[in-house]
Amino acid sequence: MSVRPKAHTLGPKPPFWRDRAKRALIFQVLLIAAVAAFLLYIIGNTQANLAARGITTGFGFLERTAGFGIGQSLIEYSSQSTYGRTFVVGLLNTLLVSALGVVAATIIGFTVGIARLSPNWLIARLASGYIEIFRNIPLLLQIFFWYFAVLRTMPSARDSYSLGEVIFLNVRGLYLPEPLFESGFGLIPLTFGVAIVASIALVVWNKRRHEATGKRLPAGWISLALIFGLPLLVLVATGVPVTWDVPELRGFNFRGGITIIPEFLALWLALSIYTASFIAEIVRSGIQAISHGQTEAAQALSLPQKLVLRLVIVPQALRVIIPPLTSQYLNLIKNSSLATAIGYPDLVSVFAGTTLNQTGQAIEVISMTMAVYLIISLLVSMFMNWFNARVALVER
Amino acid sequence: MTIQLKMIEARPAPKNTVGPLAWLRANLFSGPVNTVFTLLGFYLLFVLLTPTIQWAFINADWVGTSRDDCSREGACWVFVNARLTQFIYGLYPRTELWRVNIVFASFAVLIAWLAIPRLPFKRWVALATLLAFPVFAYFMLYGGHFGLSVVPTHRWGGLMLTLILAVVGMVAALPIGILLALGRRSQMPIVKSFCVVFIEFWRGVPLITILFMASVMLPLFLPTGMSVDRLVRALIGITLFQSAYMAEVIRGGLQAIPKGQEEAAAALGMGYWKRMGLIVLPQALKMMIPGIVNTFISLFKDTTLVMIIGLFDLLGIVQAALSDSRWLGFALEGYVFAAFMFWIFCFSMSRYSQYLERKLHTGHKR
Repeated sequence: MSVRPKAHTLGPKPPFWRDRAKRALIFQVLLIAAVAAFLLYIIGNTQANLAARGITTGFGFLERTAGFGIGQSLIEYSSQSTYGRTFVVGLLNTLLVSALGVVAATIIGFTVGIARLSPNWLIARLASGYIEIFRNIPLLLQIFFWYFAVLRTMPSARDSYSLGEVIFLNVRGLYLPEPLFESGFGLIPLTFGVAIVASIALVVWNKRRHEATGKRLPAGWISLALIFGLPLLVLVATGVPVTWDVPELRGFNFRGGITIIPEFLALWLALSIYTASFIAEIVRSGIQAISHGQTEAAQALSLPQKLVLRLVIVPQALRVIIPPLTSQYLNLIKNSSLATAIGYPDLVSVFAGTTLNQTGQAIEVISMTMAVYLIISLLVSMFMNWFNARVALVER
Repeated sequence: MTIQLKMIEARPAPKNTVGPLAWLRANLFSGPVNTVFTLLGFYLLFVLLTPTIQWAFINADWVGTSRDDCSREGACWVFVNARLTQFIYGLYPRTELWRVNIVFASFAVLIAWLAIPRLPFKRWVALATLLAFPVFAYFMLYGGHFGLSVVPTHRWGGLMLTLILAVVGMVAALPIGILLALGRRSQMPIVKSFCVVFIEFWRGVPLITILFMASVMLPLFLPTGMSVDRLVRALIGITLFQSAYMAEVIRGGLQAIPKGQEEAAAALGMGYWKRMGLIVLPQALKMMIPGIVNTFISLFKDTTLVMIIGLFDLLGIVQAALSDSRWLGFALEGYVFAAFMFWIFCFSMSRYSQYLERKLHTGHKR
């Protein structure tokens, strides 16, 4: 006959610091207290320091007149504008160079990454040479190289390099012809929109038909022809209502056309080339991660080589590629802040630089700048996570 | 019918599958498209390399003391030569350079010891590198004790400063990173969310804003009248930044250790810190070394940003030398030199990390 031991025979209840749940609770309370004490200490010091320096806190400074000019602005801006407006101008410039940088880095990166796996020995070596050179040199040094050693040593406006007398490159930047739209041009974006809607409808219909009957049209080519052919047709039919404002040398400088400032060019080039070397490695390892058995199986099903790539390799490789690609995009956006070193008017340069120096509102300016980057990071990762979830393996 | 009992000698492979010609055909000219690519590649190489080699070697000037010695149209390496001491040591007093050299040499010995697999006492050397060496380096470089004169930090610069920033940032970030990584995997909700917020905040903002914050906001956070050296401010910023990245690398390593290891340790009655310190971390740290080397490479490149807040690292001092009125117009030479130095460091480290990855890979692949 067995006797069930009673609770009290196990001895006294263990002290509370041996209880895991209570210990966790105490530890977390202590952590909160420590963080709170640290924050209070900092806030107290900051208030004392600000009072000693006579700086008033608050975001009122955003309403004051900035009084400095900005070299490149996507919206109306003059030195009479407010600090709030410099913030917007800087933010837009950051977004501009980041967006164009992401596009260029993706194109170069995918090209180089695929070239790295080429069966052609020379092409593979050239690609790996590109990767090894550019990813092992600091980005800031590359920006300086493009800016000070290449673009700043361009000839003056009189001796500019020109391409067919319409595109000019000199020490003040790149001059491109600007399209001027005449009346009747509105029809073209309209046809463009109609063509896009029609192609989407075509693709959906084609997919349904394919699933139902097994027949399908080359929908990709048809929609490509629709999207580019239709507007072109309308363009010719309406008699090309576009004139080009070609830059012209007048006096010491070019007038007319679109001017791309050298700071932008240098930053954009360096960001794209640097990030592309990382993207190329990601693409290479993504493609290599797909086991060879997949290719062989697809070939055994007698899929043509083009479809092997499109239906078997690429969808699986994308799963491996997308997460690290996202962090490269985020790196590019954050790295665009190096603009401040060559004076491209991005957010850090005009806002955390000039505005901070003029107003002395360190806390507000730095927090706003950091918040912007945090929000951008968050939005990009949310978008890429959504995209990743779409291509991710559906496990049942 | 005869039975062949003797083995037939292996015949040589067909002529068109061996030898350099066959290699060329297989790798460079296997089809019309490939041939076009090969020719394009050779043309590209020719267009890029010829002027570069002519500029950097054939038409370059190597010896001399002033810009008048640069008479040829190629690179003027005289500029780099004349400034070399400054590029490596910054404005460190010329008579005290031996101190820096001793630190460099002992660091090189320690790192070589850790990197070469066959040498013994790895654990003790690693401890010495992480704990004793920084103290030793501080007393040697800064001075003020043992009869060494004080060299203020604003005279530090060049490659020396780049290495100091990267190594100190790394060494200081390692323990913080470990704590953050453990915290992020913790069961305690507040600890976990605190670590997540901390990591994601520093990873979400550019290093340059962190450096701005460290140089502009940090003085406001301290009690009135207390000031912090500019180098220390930059180091605080870099450490916070680096610890967040380090935490993610360490978390990746921790995730790679099977849960059974921790459960087995718990079954033996080990507490949390013993489980982590004796069982999980030693296994995880070994697997994390390639990742740690990779973050170190990016930190090494990122240290160039400190020039924006007014410190003269390798790039900063090259940039400053370019505006010297006696040596105007040698930007290309200066950048090529700096790029070459960075490239050597980063490339060799990345090769080492790849070698480690291969070495570790074989152990875990079945």
